[in-house]
Amino acid sequence: MIYDHPRWEEKHMIKLIEELGHEVLHVPLRSSTLELSNLKKIADVAIQRAISSVRAITSTAFFEASGTPVVNNLNTQIICDNKVLTDLVLEKHGIPRPKTFVAYSMEEAMKIPEKLGFPLVIKPIQGSWGRLQALVSDEEALRGILEYREAMPSPQFKVHYMQEYIKKPQRDIRVFVVGDRVPVAIYRISQNWRTNTALGGRAEKAELNAELEEIALKAAKAVGGGVLGVDVVEDPERGYLVIEVNSNVDFKNTYRVTGHDLGKDIVEYAIEIAKR
Amino acid sequence: MKVKCPVCGAEIELPEDVMDGEIIECESCGAQLEVKKSGDKIELKVAEEAAEDWGE
Repeated sequence: MIYDHPRWEEKHMIKLIEELGHEVLHVPLRSSTLELSNLKKIADVAIQRAISSVRAITSTAFFEASGTPVVNNLNTQIICDNKVLTDLVLEKHGIPRPKTFVAYSMEEAMKIPEKLGFPLVIKPIQGSWGRLQALVSDEEALRGILEYREAMPSPQFKVHYMQEYIKKPQRDIRVFVVGDRVPVAIYRISQNWRTNTALGGRAEKAELNAELEEIALKAAKAVGGGVLGVDVVEDPERGYLVIEVNSNVDFKNTYRVTGHDLGKDIVEYAIEIAKR
Repeated sequence: MKVKCPVCGAEIELPEDVMDGEIIECESCGAQLEVKKSGDKIELKVAEEAAEDWGE
């Protein structure tokens, strides 16, 4: 079990693993050192739970290189941690998604409303929990936000990822995929256009249907499979659209509101991978 | 298990299953603290800032 800032989910899964009679090797990244020059397999499978993407990706690469399969695999993590990479594999697999543009300068970004109109959404290409995402309603607001982004130290903010705003019914749907199954989904309901529960959105059990399951499974497969959180919105005309796929899922709220223990699914899936 | 908050000195009660790297909030001063645990030795230090690459 690889982590940097362990939370309820990590403690819960560790208990489940031990209850199943398996030994848990803790890898607390904040007090660990990885020797890249002397690789040897030290576990049958690893569950990646670090919330920092750069720590997760580098430690996943380390374990895979030393012969330990990781949930999720390196390819899935790299794709899911970058919205542009995610969108491109979704697009190539014909999965319906919102119209999205990327521009690399303020001048170019200011032209995008000609194609997208207002309001539009501008997001960092990395990170989640709705952090630093903005709903932009007019040209002056866009200019202001672009100036702030261009002034940010990190180069990723000079990649202007702009997306059409979906008039969704004040909720989105987080569909969980584990391997080739869709065990549970939740609605995330909020007055705020950003429905993340991390921002106060309320979670509620969602009804699954064949179409929703199929679109979630297709999206999960497109990014490389594993344990994934597929974020879907309901567009009035086009129906289900996939917004994003997340590779390190929080599931405490889901357990609380649905009673479904996703931690158990993840642990069983990891044990299955260990036996392959 | 009681440990001192490095910011305000208040005593913090840590859960039995506390883990290395875990983030704990000091109830008296609100500081975000990171657990440094090796063997039975536990100390708290001010947690690192949330970074832009943190998330699901």
